[in-house]
Amino acid sequence: MAFRPALALRPALALLIAATVLATGCGGSARSTADPAGQPTGTLTVLAAASLTESLGRIGQDFRTVHPRVSVALSFAGSSTLVAQVTAGAPADVIATASSDTMAPLATAGKLAGPPVVFATNVLEIAVPPDNPAHVAGLADLSRPGVTVAVCAAQVPCGAAAGDAFARAGVAVRPATYESDVKAVLAKVRLGEVDAGVVYRTDVLAAGSAVAGVVIPPEQNATAEYPAAVLRDAPNPGAARAFVAALTEPAAQALLRTAGFGPP
Amino acid sequence: MTRHRGGAPIPWPIAVPAGIGLGFLTLPLAALLVRAPWTGLGTALGTPEARAALRLSLLTATTATAVCALLGVPLAWVLARGGYRALRLVRALVTLPLVLPPVVGGVALLLAFGRRGVVGHWLDAGVGVRLPFTPAGVVVAEAFVAMPFLVLAVEGALRGADPRLEEAAATLGASRWVTFRRVTLPLVLPGLVAGMVLCWARALGEFGATITFAGSFPGRTRTMPLEVYLALERDPAAAVALSVLLLAVCLAVLVGLRQRWLGGR
Repeated sequence: MAFRPALALRPALALLIAATVLATGCGGSARSTADPAGQPTGTLTVLAAASLTESLGRIGQDFRTVHPRVSVALSFAGSSTLVAQVTAGAPADVIATASSDTMAPLATAGKLAGPPVVFATNVLEIAVPPDNPAHVAGLADLSRPGVTVAVCAAQVPCGAAAGDAFARAGVAVRPATYESDVKAVLAKVRLGEVDAGVVYRTDVLAAGSAVAGVVIPPEQNATAEYPAAVLRDAPNPGAARAFVAALTEPAAQALLRTAGFGPP
Repeated sequence: MTRHRGGAPIPWPIAVPAGIGLGFLTLPLAALLVRAPWTGLGTALGTPEARAALRLSLLTATTATAVCALLGVPLAWVLARGGYRALRLVRALVTLPLVLPPVVGGVALLLAFGRRGVVGHWLDAGVGVRLPFTPAGVVVAEAFVAMPFLVLAVEGALRGADPRLEEAAATLGASRWVTFRRVTLPLVLPGLVAGMVLCWARALGEFGATITFAGSFPGRTRTMPLEVYLALERDPAAAVALSVLLLAVCLAVLVGLRQRWLGGR
């Protein structure tokens, strides 16, 4: 019975080939984007701002429940990193950034399949270690000598927004470090390496009891708009359009609201 | 390239993969040179950010190498001459940072020397020393990642040196210091120089441990590799220019020390 093992191997081999085809991903013809019934299939690659990590993870799970034949791959980074990745030709279907400004170069360069859709807003908040060692009560405290502060680098939306907020509050903050995305700022606060970090309200909520939040009053705060768009070179445009449309539907909006995002 | 020193041809099953391997290692560097914005190179490297990053990188890499030599040479001596069974474990521990992902090294450094770290909170409360977000923190991150290169190179050189030469010097009346300076040091010097060059180059290129442990602040902790990474998002041409500069610095060091480098082989 020499052929038995060979037969047993065949499904495994088919799976392996399928996995390889999915993993390589770049051959558009190798991946069908819709089955005959018009349902999206294949892999959907979403590049998203670091501040969307928790909520988009859940929205992605829900999307899989509605479209069981799509496997959603999420990649989170600072918005400017994502834009650089798309500019460099990263094979992705959807991009969601933490500001319309960061998205603008992609629209100018013709990298988007359509106009970006704003699906959420966010405001800044000061994250401090739970015991608040430097007794930070507002933006003015961040400029006090001896208070170590982490902010995002100016080219990342949370860094630009922090700069706006400092200007509105009229404080000259000298940060200890400029981190490459908002989650890196939050990590420095969680570890107690800094006395305060300027992050989004959603990040403070997502961190739970690991950090405490100090609210920035609206007149000093900056509001960030979160746009999402289908990429022109999307290998899976069908699933991409469905995903961007799902972002503004009530289910996803409810999840975003729970995470602390504001309405678009 | 097709003939040995002995004159026999290199068999093709070796020559073909060797050629592919060589191409794999050199092609990306060649691409960097092909795509480099040669005309705008001066402007890209003349920016205050680039100059601050280069100055910081050279300063921290050199300091880190000095720290590594100061601590690493005695460590190499213990490994080469100690002769205890437990030293195999010590050698494994010394080699660990070499294979550890640098980001993991950075996280470990934070947990050890961070403000609330195992040792760091004593440093902070006791002596008022804070390493994260300072150039000293960059040196610590670089030394952690680069020291194994120096230790292993010096240990190899010490093993290759005949201890009987040291014994002979001692029997001839030389003091320990004179024996070290006139016999041991010249014997291991090629290995030490090779180790220091490797250590310096590794420290200069350090990214993961630095950004994790020391953060990123222009002129204070933002070294060249961090500047390249940031510039790639803002101005890719500037990132390529900075990369070419870093490549040139490394090449210059290798070429400058070629004689000693080869002598260490």
